[in-house]
Amino acid sequence: MDDKMNHRTYHRSKTVAVFFLCALALFGLAGRLVYLMVFQSEYYTLKARELHERERSIKAARGRIIDANGKILADNKTVCTVSVIHSQIKDADRVTAILSKELGLSEEYVRKRVEKYSSIEKIKSNVDKETGDAIRSYALDGVKVDEDYKRYYPYGELASKALGFTGGDNQGIIGLEVIYEEYLRGEAGTILTVTDAKGVEQDEEGEERVEPVSGRDLYVSLDINIQSYATQLAKQTMETKEADRVSILVMNPQNGEILAMVDVPEFDLNNPYTLQNGMDALAFSEKKRQDLLNAMWRNGCINDTYEPGSTFKIVTAAAGLESGAVKTTDTFNCPGFIMVEDRRIRCHKAGGHGAEDFVQGTMNSCNPVFITVGMRIGVERYYSYFRQFGLLEKTGIDLPGEAGTIMHKMENIGPVELATISFGQSFQITPIQLATTAASIVNGGRRITPHFAVRAVSADGTGSRSFTYPERKGVVSAQTSETMRYILEQVVAEGSGKNGAVEGYRVGGKTATSQTLPRGSGKYIASFLGFAPADDPQILALAIIHNPKGTYYGGQIAAPVVRQLFENILPYLEKKGYNSGRG
Amino acid sequence: MAQRNVSRRGQKKGESFMDYSLLFIVLFLVGFGMVMVFSSSSYEANLKLGDSTRYLRQQLFASILGLVAMMVVANIPYHFWERFAVPAYIGSVVLILLIIPFGYSSGGATRWLYIGPISLQVAEVAKLGMILFLASLICTLGKGIRTNKGFFFVLLSPAPVAAMIYFITNNLSSAIIVMAIAVLMLFVSCPDYKRFFLMGLIVLAVAAVVIFYVLQTAQAHVDDLDFRGARILAWLDPEAYASDTGFQTLQALYAIGSGGVLGKGLGQSMQKRGFLPEAQNDMIFSIICEELGLFGGIAVIVMFLLLIWRLMIIANNAPDLYGALLVVGVMGHIAVQVILNIAVVTNTIPNTGISLPFISYGGSSVMFLLIEVGLTLSVAKGIRLKDL
Repeated sequence: MDDKMNHRTYHRSKTVAVFFLCALALFGLAGRLVYLMVFQSEYYTLKARELHERERSIKAARGRIIDANGKILADNKTVCTVSVIHSQIKDADRVTAILSKELGLSEEYVRKRVEKYSSIEKIKSNVDKETGDAIRSYALDGVKVDEDYKRYYPYGELASKALGFTGGDNQGIIGLEVIYEEYLRGEAGTILTVTDAKGVEQDEEGEERVEPVSGRDLYVSLDINIQSYATQLAKQTMETKEADRVSILVMNPQNGEILAMVDVPEFDLNNPYTLQNGMDALAFSEKKRQDLLNAMWRNGCINDTYEPGSTFKIVTAAAGLESGAVKTTDTFNCPGFIMVEDRRIRCHKAGGHGAEDFVQGTMNSCNPVFITVGMRIGVERYYSYFRQFGLLEKTGIDLPGEAGTIMHKMENIGPVELATISFGQSFQITPIQLATTAASIVNGGRRITPHFAVRAVSADGTGSRSFTYPERKGVVSAQTSETMRYILEQVVAEGSGKNGAVEGYRVGGKTATSQTLPRGSGKYIASFLGFAPADDPQILALAIIHNPKGTYYGGQIAAPVVRQLFENILPYLEKKGYNSGRG
Repeated sequence: MAQRNVSRRGQKKGESFMDYSLLFIVLFLVGFGMVMVFSSSSYEANLKLGDSTRYLRQQLFASILGLVAMMVVANIPYHFWERFAVPAYIGSVVLILLIIPFGYSSGGATRWLYIGPISLQVAEVAKLGMILFLASLICTLGKGIRTNKGFFFVLLSPAPVAAMIYFITNNLSSAIIVMAIAVLMLFVSCPDYKRFFLMGLIVLAVAAVVIFYVLQTAQAHVDDLDFRGARILAWLDPEAYASDTGFQTLQALYAIGSGGVLGKGLGQSMQKRGFLPEAQNDMIFSIICEELGLFGGIAVIVMFLLLIWRLMIIANNAPDLYGALLVVGVMGHIAVQVILNIAVVTNTIPNTGISLPFISYGGSSVMFLLIEVGLTLSVAKGIRLKDL
């Protein structure tokens, strides 16, 4: 018994020892827990949050583009994306029935997506806001309606090549949309959501939002009334003359603001990937399709160069007058041709214009007169005027992809080249370059920068930034500018540009008819550059008709386009106080 | 208090009594375990099986089965089991050997046998079998255990079973637990401390050598290490092995650490939502910490401490050595498993799969633990008041 008690005693004490050993270990582990959950808690909480949180961005509303009258040219439409979250759907049949009814989709299509096991399944995107709201009002479990912005152009194809459009991420692709991207874009916001390991959002965990900053509204000089009338004219001309393309540029020669830029055929900004003439874009290979789209989006006013022809005589005349190589009273004789070295260059009038002074020579658009003037100026001087007028640089217009001037190198210009340059051939410039140079010559000699953007205004209207553009004085003297205005008014009043005359207004201008390369193809470009009022130009228009059928003379078909344009827009502009400078 | 009540009732009515304190603690742990199994498994179960209560239902079924078995065993005088010592040992060996032809694999390890619809983790049976075997063996040896021969016989007799568990079912943790149970029972039945102190030192030295070896190898050729070696590296720096061996540990640490003092609230764990795979299993303690905070974690530790304390009281008041050794075996089993589990989850020791008794999901584990509690209750019934 004694032994047994002894036996039991050490058993007991050893069992107690085991207990205390365990208790010690558990205390140690409790201490470890305190370390992890109190002192290390912040670190692990941060790490865990990084693991659980996903960042989703909220698109910012893109700034609108607004014309000179306050009309909205590019806007945002709220569209919805409808998705289903499999794990949250409670009544799959009802969800299927309602979604297929509201979205106009087949039940089969919707059911497949509703029953698919995935974290989130998109049913339809680009759904109208009204439809989205209607679906939301059912308050269906597991159905998510996300709002998004889609660019919307209320005027469809009007000014399509100037405005441009945006891509899938609402980023500018061409036109003003891309040049002013940083103003229009705004700043995306973010939503921090908590998700499970597969990325499924955990609704009950709530979300953290950083609100997006809307893009700034861009106010442009474009006038939708002038733009739409010019577009109408251009379309009409393209149809009646069966032309390939018709471009019309309307700008303020005093400051370079562009009021209209038309280059028909244009395209629908709301469906920029739909090819014209109902061609099925998908029928082409990827590359071919992209080429066709690029051709469709191409803005002939700035992306393409052409031989300006006789409208360029404005430049030769200005250089001649400025350099003193010619005076208005100088007399010339046109026998119908002129010999340059061994080459006989013909005038467009077979019998010749006979005796004429410089003003008459310009009114007649007489090639021998201008070749003579060009020769008198000489290559070096001519070239330096070329540079002085800004013809060797780009105009700096606020549109992407402006083409440069294609010109002979000075050392390569011989007498024949000089002769052809003098009447606007053997080199190429863009229409915007011609309009800008002519504007600089008639506005008193200030090289202006053609542009659309006037100012950018923040969405809440608090911040506004006006754009300024470089202007270079002394392109030609005021005297030369005044003489040029006089001569060009005569061209319209009684000369080759008389079809451009508008009753009751003083209009100056110059016609051109140039054969496209290669010569002898029978293809012509007819154009007319006009401005009004002739003594104080407030508006300048350039119409270019590519490859017209039938009559192809600029004075016959392009001048009437500008006349019709002016007939309509000059009273309109007067009413708006645009050309208030004139009595 | 409870103890006195129990005693008084037994005294008055002169009938057998229940140790209600023990019963209460165990029922609390089983109930709490069920809540936590549901909380930690429902999200993933719903996503993967479309049935959020799948794990809860299986655990409930096993627990009810276990509770019935517990009550049956509690009402059988524990000496009944003395005659089953050798069959328990042989039975364990046979069951483990049966794994080779009939074993069922899950998660890359073959540890289960199917008996009809019920899957059985044989290691759990072996643990109970070893407790029954060793209690009888030590009683039979009597004072012979004080001789070296007796000592080493008791120490080494569970070794073949442990070795088989390790090699056949590739389950190191269960092998360690079987050996630990044996050492603790031996410790209680021998009067001296010296040999155990020495054994402790040897274990520590071996551990140190292994860690040293792993570090040396890791510097030279990482690829030479097997997954256990890799786990030791991951233990030392879990964030460096975040994508593979350290993944589970790191996810558990995120759960524990992000729980903070008060926790995120029951059901609010984020880590259970796919980040911590099979959160209802071995790592369930980290979800408890995440949801119930430091308070919840410590409360669970305290409950286990109470349970171990209660088992100690019963062992020390058992009517005889056999009863005392049975309870010491059960106590050792639960204590070792709790300590190792929490140590693994908190990255105090390298990762090895050990479930948290009564709380982790696992039918075999909870069933056999409840049978062991039944044994303890049976021993407690034999306590006479004059012994107290």
